Amino acid sequence: MFCNTPKEISGMGHGMKRKEDARFIQGKGHYVDDIKLPGMLYMDIVRSPYAYAKIKKIDASRALAIPGVLAVITGRDLEKYNLHWMPTLMSDTQMVLPTDTVMYYSQEVCAIIATERYIAADGVAAVEVEYEPMKPIVDPHKSMDPNAPILRPDKGKTDNHIWHWEVGDRNATDRVMANADIVVKEQIYIPRIHVASIETCGCVASFDPVEGKLTMYMTTQAPHAIRTVVALVAGHVGLSEEKIRVVSPDIGGGFGGKVPVYPGYVIAIAASVLIGKPVKWIEDRMENLQADSFARDYHMSCELAANKDGRIQALRIKTLADHGYTDAAANPSKFPAGMFSIVTGSYDYNTAFTEMDAVYTNKAPGGVAYRCSFRVTEAVHAIERMVDVLAMKVGKDPAQLRMENFIKKDQFPYKSALGWEYDSGDYHAALKKAMDIIGYDALRREQAEKRQRGELMGIGISSFTEIVGAGPSRHFDILGIKMFDSCEIRVHPTGKAIARLGTKSQGQGHETTYAQIIAQELGIPAEHIQIEEGDTDTAPYGLGTYASRSTPTAGAAAAIAARKLRDKARKIAAYLLEVSEEDLEWDVNKFFVKGAPEKAKTIQEIVFASYTNHPLGMEAGFEATHYYDPPNLTFPFGSYICVVDIDKETGEIKIRRFVAVDDCGNIINPMIVEGQIHGGLTQGLAPAMFEELIYDEDGNMLNGSLMDYLVPTAVESPKWETDKTITPCPHHPIGAKGVGESPTVGAPPAIANAIVDALSHLGVTHIDIPITPQKVWNILREKGMVETV
Amino acid sequence: MIPQAFDYESPATVGEAIALLQRYGSDAKILSGGHSLIPMMKLRLATPERIIDISGIKGLDYIREEDGFLKIGALAKESALEESALIARKYPLLLDAAKMIADPSVRNRATVGGNLAHGDAANDHPAVMLAYRAEIIATGPRGQRTIPIDEFFLGFFMTALEPDEILTEIRIPIPPAGSGGAYKKMERKVGDYATAATAVQLTVDGNGVCRHIGIGLTNVSAAPMRAQRSEDALRDQRLSDELIKQAAVMAGQDCDPNPDLRGSIEYKRSVVKTLTERAIKTAIERAMNA
Amino acid sequence: MSTKKITVTINGETRSAEVEPRLLLVHFIRENLSLTGTHIGCDTSNCGACTVLLDGRSVKSCTVLAVQADGKNIVTIEGMAQGAQLHPLQEGFKEEHGLQCGFCTPGMIMRAADLLAHNPNPTEEEIRWGISGNLCRCTGYNNIVKAIQYAAEKIRDTGRESIPFTTHHPTETTA
Ligand SMILES: Cc1cc2nc3c(=O)[nH]c(=O)nc-3n(C[C@H](O)[C@H](O)[C@H](O)COP(=O)(O)OP(=O)(O)OC[C@H]3O[C@@H](n4cnc5c(N)ncnc54)[C@H](O)[C@@H]3O)c2cc1C
Ligand code: FES
Ligand code: FES
Repeated sequence: MFCNTPKEISGMGHGMKRKEDARFIQGKGHYVDDIKLPGMLYMDIVRSPYAYAKIKKIDASRALAIPGVLAVITGRDLEKYNLHWMPTLMSDTQMVLPTDTVMYYSQEVCAIIATERYIAADGVAAVEVEYEPMKPIVDPHKSMDPNAPILRPDKGKTDNHIWHWEVGDRNATDRVMANADIVVKEQIYIPRIHVASIETCGCVASFDPVEGKLTMYMTTQAPHAIRTVVALVAGHVGLSEEKIRVVSPDIGGGFGGKVPVYPGYVIAIAASVLIGKPVKWIEDRMENLQADSFARDYHMSCELAANKDGRIQALRIKTLADHGYTDAAANPSKFPAGMFSIVTGSYDYNTAFTEMDAVYTNKAPGGVAYRCSFRVTEAVHAIERMVDVLAMKVGKDPAQLRMENFIKKDQFPYKSALGWEYDSGDYHAALKKAMDIIGYDALRREQAEKRQRGELMGIGISSFTEIVGAGPSRHFDILGIKMFDSCEIRVHPTGKAIARLGTKSQGQGHETTYAQIIAQELGIPAEHIQIEEGDTDTAPYGLGTYASRSTPTAGAAAAIAARKLRDKARKIAAYLLEVSEEDLEWDVNKFFVKGAPEKAKTIQEIVFASYTNHPLGMEAGFEATHYYDPPNLTFPFGSYICVVDIDKETGEIKIRRFVAVDDCGNIINPMIVEGQIHGGLTQGLAPAMFEELIYDEDGNMLNGSLMDYLVPTAVESPKWETDKTITPCPHHPIGAKGVGESPTVGAPPAIANAIVDALSHLGVTHIDIPITPQKVWNILREKGMVETV
Repeated sequence: MIPQAFDYESPATVGEAIALLQRYGSDAKILSGGHSLIPMMKLRLATPERIIDISGIKGLDYIREEDGFLKIGALAKESALEESALIARKYPLLLDAAKMIADPSVRNRATVGGNLAHGDAANDHPAVMLAYRAEIIATGPRGQRTIPIDEFFLGFFMTALEPDEILTEIRIPIPPAGSGGAYKKMERKVGDYATAATAVQLTVDGNGVCRHIGIGLTNVSAAPMRAQRSEDALRDQRLSDELIKQAAVMAGQDCDPNPDLRGSIEYKRSVVKTLTERAIKTAIERAMNA
Repeated sequence: MSTKKITVTINGETRSAEVEPRLLLVHFIRENLSLTGTHIGCDTSNCGACTVLLDGRSVKSCTVLAVQADGKNIVTIEGMAQGAQLHPLQEGFKEEHGLQCGFCTPGMIMRAADLLAHNPNPTEEEIRWGISGNLCRCTGYNNIVKAIQYAAEKIRDTGRESIPFTTHHPTETTA
């Protein structure tokens, strides 16, 4: 691992303890619900008990009679200011509050503003709403039926189709499929799930009527983009962009769920502007699960073609995407299905075609990138499951089949069948390492013996390729804003620094890792580099933190801004040492004269000189800014192996071991990288075995609380075993790739493959996640392995 | 999620609490550990006008053997069961169950009395007490009465407690020598209410013949239920694997589960069968080693 | 509806307030006493973000009424460090990277304090079951387990109290 600075400086490769922890471990974190402003009011929201209904009447009189209830805001009120609709990040439209129809269970119906949180809740209970329920569309497969209601006539639509997207060569793929020795097919569903960060969403909207300035404290992963969106949405009521300050305080987990703009934020802003006082809105967990953006929800028909030896020849996938009543995904605008076209995976073949249709249903809107850079989880699940299905079909060990199909190390940079340029990789090494750690061959022998005895044990592999770091400006924008990111560094006269970036940590440890990047480049101890993010009045513009983009974009910006400063330092050192710049060499934290190492100037001396004794004609001070536009995306990869034991009577599944070998390029802080991987693995376990948002046929969400939405505890979550290979990213200034999401992407197919493997001798080829004991039991019953009583 | 406003009383004695119950009638609700009631109040599924908080009543949290019974005060907490040396030594069924209820912080508040008085077939203690053939002591304006556990659970969230009565004690007959018990619970994840669970308490004599047997089932019927036929099949019989299996199948057949997020009817019946079989076997093992 | 006066000892300090009976302990701590280290993460008593010590035992303060804490001793995350000296659990979470976003951390630490007070030498399995009422969405729990092991060792070595401001840990009362 790359590490060439001493511990006092803690540049790259040091497992430096996190700087931000001091406040979190002492209860001094500053989250949005901790904010209390003078005169602050509280907002609470009345929500729809129906998935699809006309609003006949909203009677707020009983609520307004409660002392302390100041206002009840309805869609009709917002309509007067043309604030009842807002754009989504996908350029669709979404209601802030409905004027006549509710489109999904738990949709906002009206808002109560009160002097206290408890009174606002009483207000909610006292509002009486008369609905005329209608038959909702719950199953996306039925959304295009001729007799299905048209959900978005407001958009002039005549059906419920949102968009069609395709990539690849349809004809070539059809041809290869038609002539292949083997074509395996599966219907694979990736369920609707929720990020369920432990902190829900919320805000304090504080409008100062005197200054005409709005300060918006909110749980957002992308404060700058939010400022611009607010300016675009509310510009017509006088909120111009210089009068808007968005502050993202400490965030209690984001994972993609805190990228979108939710109606609650906008209503709180409207209320604060109208009333002239700060308004706090903190959603409940149930509101969070039921109404905030979901993730996944892809119905995929997958086909994989191969020759009789199992050499993959072509992939074809047709997907139906359920977006709820509006497309509120948060993808780059040219990529309605995100980076789904990474679906060809880690394998070498040149024919593929994938198409997708997105439809409206009466469900909560969304399609956020939940700890996965834009639909990569769906893609990886599809290919990694299909490769196992193929292995079963040709009767080869899934590890061997992967080894035979992997893109080889010397093929990089590699152009994938669907057009991506994979920059680097060594897939064989990662899988080999994982197999060695877990003792793959011995496990296969054990499995064979257990099968003899009728016991169920399975081994599952996933060898994924991720695609992160959006992204190069020629392709990537959100609402037109290019997906660069930024860093501004100021070094103070005594050699201590502050750096501000356009991203926003939600637990990833930016205050530490960015400091380490700058420490690496400048030799200033990371301990003395303060990192600030999340305040749009001070930080440079950036698109925020999601899709593992912080290190690839803002991290690169930090390195390059620091390098600009090092160039300046060289000039100052040359001046101070009275030599020419070419005679100087850099070493960790100083410039010295080649051949005369005792003639040196440390970074601290140089910085001091930049304020006190800088060369004539040079700008004083020591500051630099960089906006980084990545030349390509980065392609982290890894191989995971999971071992499960299944109770053959109850179908209960126990994960015995799970080994994860990740390659995220050069590592800034190994402790933090490992922590990110552990966390992502548990978030990959969750949909594999536990989590799914479930609707009944009337569109009611059946498990919209943490009682029934089964977030894994420390008991379900196994003891993760992690290791790594390091293949530096060739085009990133520090060779890093981004890591937080690989495990969320790679774990579900490893687990699903292990469970299917345990049952494969019974002829089972696929089970949709989450794979619950009941699902396993159903199969065992079908196969006559258990009797019903 | 905020409860609707209510008035609050915190009586210091059982007598005071009963007087308050009499005064306020159906407007009032007893609060014990609060871990069933407060969640319901936060969701406004329960909106009592007056809360009578009995958790401050002193001396009602005992766990002791006396007069041939294990006596558990209504206010004894789940964590106290878990940490009691007496329970660990002699009441494995109770210990198994206590460890599987909710999570440690909930167990620090939740009371055994509340768990039973709630009358919820999803709770774990009802099946346990059915297996133990426990008695419930109810105290009211007319004094104390003893309710055999078989007469306590009347229906869906319905118990034999009168509106002005308080559950004050649970009595479990001290198991004779050669006794053992076990609780086997399947849950979707730790801390969850049971998908299904079986409580077994039995006594085996020197010849391997089953002398006492109690089997209770959790969350597979509207009211907590005893697996009567299974008990009858085992009682006074020499316990063979085959017989145990038959008894377990009966439990699966006799329960009456609802299909829900925890599983289908067939699945739950099958789980009941498996858990019952396993619980009986563990109980026998423990009885032998006791 | 009437209000009630309550007095609690919190982190060694006595505080009184006039409160509505329905006020949840978590809101009393966060809003009335401005100790915002205790968090809220759910409506159904499942997440444990709100965990505090009440008379030395971990409780979910979202499921306790403030009036029920009258006369009792409360310790929150803000009371764990003794001056500048961090509690071994706080140290452990930092040293072993037992936190990421930090939102679950105060609750985890308070729960672990109770765990270690009653089981000073827990196995990994006991730790995992012991924190099963506390959800963490970020860390995958591996390092939380390590953080608690770190603290257990430190407490054993230094003889420090796992729970500050509490002289007794009431457990079972047997006659
Ligand atoms: C997250 C969570 C998970 C849980 N999981 C489980 C589980 O797996 N298994 C399980 O068994 N339980 C579980 N519970 C429930 C928990 O054990 C409850 O606390 C218990 O069921 C009720 O006990 P309590 O003391 O909290 O009663 P309370 O909530 O105070 O009261 C419950 C009901 O009983 C009445 N009542 C209470 N005490 C008396 C009395 N002495 N006399 C007359 N009436 C009385 C009350 O009026 C109320 O109607 C869970 C709870 C939570 C919050
Ligand atoms: S807030 Fe979730 S348990 Fe208390
Ligand atoms: S550290 Fe974020 S929830 Fe645990």
